[in-house]
Formats: sequence, C-alpha cells, structure tokens
Amino acid sequence: MRALRGLGQRVTARIWRLGYASRFVLAILMYSGTSLRRVHLTIREVYFTGVLSLIIILVSGLFVGMVLGLQGYDTLARYGSTEALGVLVSLSLVRELGPVVAALLFASRAGSAITAEIGMMKATEQLSAMEMMAVDPIARVVAPRFWGGVISMPLLAALFSAMGIFGGYLVGVQLIGVDEGSFWSQMQASVDFRQDILNGVIKSFVFGIIVSWVAVFEGYDAEPTAEGVSGATTRTVVTSSLAILAADFVLTAFMFTGT
Amino acid sequence: MNLTGVPGVNMSQETLVEIRDLNFTYDSRPVLTGINMTIPRGKVVAVMGSSGCGKTTTLRLIGGQLKPTSGEVRVGGQVVHELDAKGLYDLRRRMGMLFQFGALFTDMSVYDNIAFQMREHTDLPEAMIRDLVLMKLHAVGLRGAHALMPTELSGGMARRVALARAIALDPMLIMYDEPFAGLDPISLAIVGDLIRKLTDALGASSIVVTHDVQESLKIVDYVYFVSEGKIVAEGTAEEMKNSEVPYVHQFVWGEADGPVPFQYPSRPYGEELMGSAVRGG
Amino acid sequence: MSRTTLDLWVGFFVAVGLGALLFLALKVGNLASSSSGETYAIQAKFDNIGGLKVRGAVKSAGVVVGRVTEIRFDPEAYLALVTIQVDARYKFPRDTFATINTSGLLGEQYIGFEVGGDTAMLKAGDTIKKTQSAVVLEKLISQFMFNKAAEDGGKK
Repeated sequence: MRALRGLGQRVTARIWRLGYASRFVLAILMYSGTSLRRVHLTIREVYFTGVLSLIIILVSGLFVGMVLGLQGYDTLARYGSTEALGVLVSLSLVRELGPVVAALLFASRAGSAITAEIGMMKATEQLSAMEMMAVDPIARVVAPRFWGGVISMPLLAALFSAMGIFGGYLVGVQLIGVDEGSFWSQMQASVDFRQDILNGVIKSFVFGIIVSWVAVFEGYDAEPTAEGVSGATTRTVVTSSLAILAADFVLTAFMFTGT
Repeated sequence: MNLTGVPGVNMSQETLVEIRDLNFTYDSRPVLTGINMTIPRGKVVAVMGSSGCGKTTTLRLIGGQLKPTSGEVRVGGQVVHELDAKGLYDLRRRMGMLFQFGALFTDMSVYDNIAFQMREHTDLPEAMIRDLVLMKLHAVGLRGAHALMPTELSGGMARRVALARAIALDPMLIMYDEPFAGLDPISLAIVGDLIRKLTDALGASSIVVTHDVQESLKIVDYVYFVSEGKIVAEGTAEEMKNSEVPYVHQFVWGEADGPVPFQYPSRPYGEELMGSAVRGG
Repeated sequence: MSRTTLDLWVGFFVAVGLGALLFLALKVGNLASSSSGETYAIQAKFDNIGGLKVRGAVKSAGVVVGRVTEIRFDPEAYLALVTIQVDARYKFPRDTFATINTSGLLGEQYIGFEVGGDTAMLKAGDTIKKTQSAVVLEKLISQFMFNKAAEDGGKK
C-alpha cells in the first residue's frame, strides 16, 4: 500500500514537473523578443555552445566515420559489394548517427555547461539581483541560451556528418582501397536530399530544442546550492540523452517508414 | 534619466515605506506575523534579529519578489503586491538592493556590472554611461578596479562594487541584505561608512537587514528588532543599547544564554540518555 | 574576449556549419542531379513489379534518365501502374521496351529502357506498351527444379 502511494506520488511529481517545464518553455518563447532584438546576446551564446563544442564534434565525427568505414567494409566484403561502402557510411551518418551522436555530445558538453551556469547564477542570487533591477532573467539570461543552443545544434550535426563521411572516405578509399569513383557515385545515387539529408537536419533541429530546453529548465529550477547545481547538471545529461533517443525513434518512425 | 516620473507617487510625503499588519506564511509555516514598520525618507533603518527570523523575507516583500499572505507594503504610496508586472518593474527601477554576498554578475567585468542597468533601462550614449560608471565607482573608492572581473575581487571590494551597482540609477530606496556578513573589520568599517554617506548624498532611504549590532548601531537612525517573525522592540540606536527588553539586551550584548535558549528544543536530557541506553542494550 | 573576436569565431562557426550542409546536399546527396531540369511523365504497366520502389532509378544503356515517382495498383486490369518522370533532355521511341532489372544479385531494382526503332517519340502522359515484369527468384528456382525433375523422370 505504501509502495503504491509512493509510486503515485512520484508519478504526480513527474507530471507536475512536466507541466512546469512546458509553462517555462512558453515563457521563454514569450520573452524571446530581447534575444532577437539584441542579437549580440544570442551570438555570445552561440559562441559558448557552438564554437566551444567544435573540437569534440569534429574529432568524434572523424572517428565514428573511420570506424564505420572499417566495420562497413568488413561486412560488405562478405557480400562482394564493397563499392556500397559510401552509401553505408553516408546513410548511417546523415540519417541517424550524425544527429543523434552530435546531440548526445552536445548535451554533455554544452547542455551541462548551460545548466551549471544558470544554476550558479541562481545559487549566488544573480538571477534575484537581476529581477530586483527590473530585468527579467528569463528574457536576459535564459532565452539567449536557449536560442544559442537551437541555432548551434543543426550546424554541429551537419559538421559531424560531413566529418564522418570524410573519415569513412579516408579509411575506405585511402587506406583499404575501395574504388573512389564508385564510393562517391553510389553515395550520390542513393542519398536523397529531401528524404535523407533534410530529415536529418530536421532531427538535429528537434534535438537542439530538446537539449536546450532541458538544460535551461534544469538550471533555472536547480536547488540554489552547490549540490543542487551539480545534481541538476547530471539530470540535464541523463534527461536530455533519454529524450533524444526517444524522440529519435518517434521521428524515424514518421520519416522513414513510408515508401 | 526619468526615474521619478511614475504616476501616483507623491515625492513630497514624509514616509517612503510603510508596512501595515503584514503576515507571511510559507508552506503553512508562519514566517512573519503582524509586522508594522515605517521607513521615513532620508533615514537609515536597521532590521535586526538572529538568523532565520524573517529579515530577508521582509526585504523580498518590499521588493515585490514575494506576496504577503495578508496586510500590505506601501512604497511611495503604492501597494506593492497590487502592482502589475510593468508597475512593479517601474517601482524596482527606483530601488537598489545589495545582496548578501554581492551577487555580482560573474560573466561581466566590474564596469559592465555597474553599467548593466543603465544599458538595460536607458538609451544613454556609451560616453555618458562611462562617466556615470566611473562616478559611481569613485564614490566607493574603486575607480581603479573597473576592468577587473568579479572573481578577482576580495570580499570587501566585491561588496563595494555591489554597492556601486545598487546605486547605479540613483534609487530612492536602497536595501541591504546582511551587508557586513563575512567582512574583515576594515572592510566592515568602510561599508558601514559608505551606507551612511551614500544615503545622505542621494537623499534616499536605506533599510539595513543585519545581525551585526556594533557596526550597524553606529550608522543607523532607527532599529527594529525581529524575533520569530514578530517585532519585539523598536527605537533609536541609543534606546536599543540601553533597552531593558531581555531579548534585545541579550542580542546587543551578545550573551550566550537568555530568552533565546542555548539548547535547541528537545526532550529532557536525562530521559534522552536513558532512552539511548535502553536502545543500546 | 572582446566582442569582435567573439563575432569572428561565431561567424566562422556558422560559415563552416553551412559549408558542411552544402557539402552534404551537393556532394553526398543528389540535390544537384535530381532537381535540375525539366521532366515529363510517362506510365508503364507491369504484371509484377517485384521489389521496385518509388524513387527507383530508370536507366537506359546504364545511364540514369529518370525516376519512378508513383506506383499504384490498377483495379480493372489487375496490373501495377508505374509513373516515371523522364529527364526532358532525353526522348525515347514509342516502342521502347521497359523491363524491371536488378543491379547485382541482391541489389536494388530499377527500370531499364531498351530502345526500339519507331520514329514517333513518347510524349508526356503516354503509356509504354511493351513491358517485362520483374524476375521473381523463387519462381525461377522452382521452374528449374521442376524441369530437372522432369528430365530425371524421363531418363528412367
């Protein structure tokens, strides 16, 4: 009986939090005027979320692509169709790995940083101080960080995919010796702009919204203590990773099941 | 800067802040009960009491960050909790607040911290902002530190920068939340001195929430003593020093035991020891 | 960091990101080849399309000349009705023979055009009359086994 009540309470608490988070995102959208009018606030956040994530995204993309090249070659060689390596590498990157892995990296690199920053600002009463100076912290602090993340994510995912395809090319063509012409031409024949690339971009855009939303919400909602902030940072990474994978399934089901 | 052009504010009246029958309950726990305070124009008023007695809550109620459960807070004649968002923000532009540990924006330099409100609320040209910022910094003696980041400041310097930021828009009311906490004696004297001087220079009113008796009694005009959410005594600094109220006496003279007991409320000592012996056996 | 350096970095980041998108669109995807130029639609009826998909290639002499845009079932003739968008640069005779082929043993299926000798050319909305359906591997194998069994039976 007690276990049942505990379960009920936990479910209620989750639903309550979800409602609060939804109200929060509405507030962000309502107060986004400032971050659009004063573009420099948003540009600053694009620097912190996007530019500072460049290295990890590029290096991981390269390695993921190289691994795909090796593994793909190994599998395709059994069926004697190694020319299809380019197709395998590019489709897996553009449709799935690019948006998903880039978003996971983004959540742990930039998302956690956003949460920690906003959480510390709350813990040191900076947000309160801003409110007392008649400046809305959602408009001045939260919204620019949200939009910075939303702008950065698709660009980072595209860079990840491009870098991965380059990595697959390095391993497949330069190292193993798959024919360069068929690598590229088969790729171009099978990868459709609208069906594959545009859908990948849409995915990464949705993931960008998810990560930024979770990150700013957890930061704003963090307990204003050192432990509270570190807990919120962990929650950002866990929640946004799960949300990315779940959303990926839903989006894929919508996008790629039709003929 | 149009800082006073808000309708409904009568600048000539004597009282700036008036608190009437204020009750505040948090999670069905009463924090403040039946508070009445009057803060006259141009005076420094202290709100004293031990930690957790509801002093900071009082400041948040005046600033409109919390809503009273009953009663009202009037600032410049306006009832704070009845204002809409815009009215509240207009009111806050004419208030300055010094937070407990300064609450400087850590991602901005000292200069940008002080320029923050001028840039957010006015269209002043950058050259004029520069002059104003340097003026404010000069007033707290830190003109040379304008390029430093908040992390490079000592505790006392950070408090002075926060003070300069609180007076950036020449407010009519300045609130100080524990301005003396964690300062060395020299910084403490400087901050105390500045609070008095700036209040007089701006013709503003100040509310100092503190538990530092010796420093604040030197600078304030009037004192309210709060204990467990109620005002237990009030009067001028001199009256407080000679007060016969047991709580005030214990507080002013820093005695370990008195009306505020040394022991946290607990079961009788003997009973508790016996209880643990039984459990241990 | 000063404002201009920051802007420079962000500008660099956005440019590189857009560059990567462009690379994906042009070099990896088929944006350059698929959307360029006009096309005209023709139709073909098949008994069995096998594994042919929408967006499948249409080739003549091995060169891609068009794409399959729609596959429907014709409820009156009980046939598959395939709509093809052919690149407007290429004209084919009216007696062109459309077959469904497989690239490699297990590869994708595509429509192959074998050109006839008619002087009149196919126009938009025309239907190809001569078609050959997809080869169904299972049918082929069972046919082969029946023949083999019949041969063996004859010998006895």
